Amino acid sequence: MPEAAATSSTIFGLSTQIIGIWVAALLTLAIYSFLYGDNPAYKLGEHIFVGVSVAYGAVILWYEGLVPLLINPLFRPHLVEDATGPKYSLIIPMVLGLLILSRFVPRYDWLSRWPIAFVMGLGAGLSIPRSVESYILRQMHGTMLPLLPPGANGGYDFLTGFGNLLLVVGVVCTLTYFYFSARHEGLLGRASRVGIWFLMVAFGAGFGNTVMARISLLIGRVQFLLYDWLPTIGIHLGGPGVG
Amino acid sequence: MRLQVPIAIGFLAGMFMIVQYFVPHPAFKTAYDALEEWVMIIGAFALVLGLQSLFQTHIDKIRRRREGYSYSFVTLISFAVMFLVGMIYGHRPGTLFDWLFDHVEVPLDATIFSLLAFFIASAAYRTFRARTPEATVLLVTAVIVMLGRVPIGELIHAKLPDLAEWIMVFPTVGAKRGILFGAALGGIATALRILLGIERSHLGGGR
Repeated sequence: MPEAAATSSTIFGLSTQIIGIWVAALLTLAIYSFLYGDNPAYKLGEHIFVGVSVAYGAVILWYEGLVPLLINPLFRPHLVEDATGPKYSLIIPMVLGLLILSRFVPRYDWLSRWPIAFVMGLGAGLSIPRSVESYILRQMHGTMLPLLPPGANGGYDFLTGFGNLLLVVGVVCTLTYFYFSARHEGLLGRASRVGIWFLMVAFGAGFGNTVMARISLLIGRVQFLLYDWLPTIGIHLGGPGVG
Repeated sequence: MRLQVPIAIGFLAGMFMIVQYFVPHPAFKTAYDALEEWVMIIGAFALVLGLQSLFQTHIDKIRRRREGYSYSFVTLISFAVMFLVGMIYGHRPGTLFDWLFDHVEVPLDATIFSLLAFFIASAAYRTFRARTPEATVLLVTAVIVMLGRVPIGELIHAKLPDLAEWIMVFPTVGAKRGILFGAALGGIATALRILLGIERSHLGGGR
C-alpha cells in the first residue's frame, strides 16, 4: 500500500505515517459513503480528488516536461549535460505553445489554430504508417497461424490448431458483421450472425476482466482499512499491514 | 488565410512524418526526436487552457452562488495546496508533495474506481438477464472469465482457469482483431482527411 509507505518524521508528536493512514482512511470512507447515497462527505472527497489530481498533473508536467525539455536547454544550458549553449531551435515550440494561449484574446484566437494544426498534422502523419504496420500488417500476420501446429512427441497439437482456426473464423466473421456495403443475406448473413456471437464472447470476456479489475481495487481498499487503519485504533485483525 | 495557413502547416507536418517513417537516415531520426519533444512542449502549454476552464467553471459557480458552490472552494483550495507544495518543495520521493500524492490522491483514485465494482454489479444484474442466445453467450463467457481468475474457480473445476485463458487467447482475440482492423482503417481515413484539409473540426469555427 503506497499510503502505508514508511515515513519516519513526526508532526505534533504524531508520526506522519499514522497521519497519512488516517487521512487516506477518512477519504476512503468518505468516498464509500456514496453507497448510502449522495452526501456532503462524498462530495468533499470528490472535489478534493479533482483539485489534487489536476495540480498533480500540472506539477509533474512542469518538472518532467517543461523544465527538462524547454527551460533548461533554452534558458539554463549549464544544467544540461553535454550542452554547448542554449538550444535556440526550442524557440519554435515555445512560440507555438504561446500561440495556443491566444485563445484568451478573442481578436487573435485564430492564431491558436497554428499549433493545433501542427500537432494534429504530426499525429495524423505518424498514425498512417504506424496503423498500417501495427494494426493491419502485424495483426494479419498474427492471424495466419498453422492449423496443425507441432505438439509434443512429434504429433500435432489439435487443440491449439482448433483455436487458430477459430481465430481466423472469428476475424473474418467479425469483419463481415461490420461490412455494410451489402445486405446481410445468405452466406454473408450467416457469417455476420456468427460474427455477433464472437463479439458477444469478446464483450463478455472484457466485462469479466473489468469486473475483476474493480473487485481487486475494492479488495485493496478493504485490506487497507482492515490491516493498516484499524491497528492504529488498537484493533488488530492480523494479515498484511504496516504494523 | 486564417484557415489555409494552418491547413498547410498540418499537411507539411504530416507529410514529413510519413516520409521520415520510410527513410532510415540519422538526420530524419534526429528531426523526428526533436519534433516529438516539440509536441510535448506545445502540449504542456495546452494545459493552461484546461486549467483556465477549471478555474472559470468553479469561480463562476462561486460568484453566482450556484447550488453546491462551497465545494468549488474545496476544489480550488485542494488545487492550490497541491500545486504550491509541488512547486515549493519539489516532486521527488520523500517530499510533502509525494506524501500528499500517496495519502490523498492514490487512495481517492483507487476508492473511486473500486466504487465502480458495486455499480458494475448492479449493471451486470440488469444486463445479464439472458433473454436471447447472444446475451446468454455474453453471460456465460463473463462468468467463466470471472471465475477463472479467482481461486474459487479452480475449486469448482480444475480446468476452469485454463478455459478462461483459452477464451481470452482465441475467440476473444478473433473478435477484437476484427474490430481492430475496422478501427485502424477508420483511423487512417480520418488521418488522411486531416492532412488533406477535408476534416477541419479541430481548427474550430470561423473564417
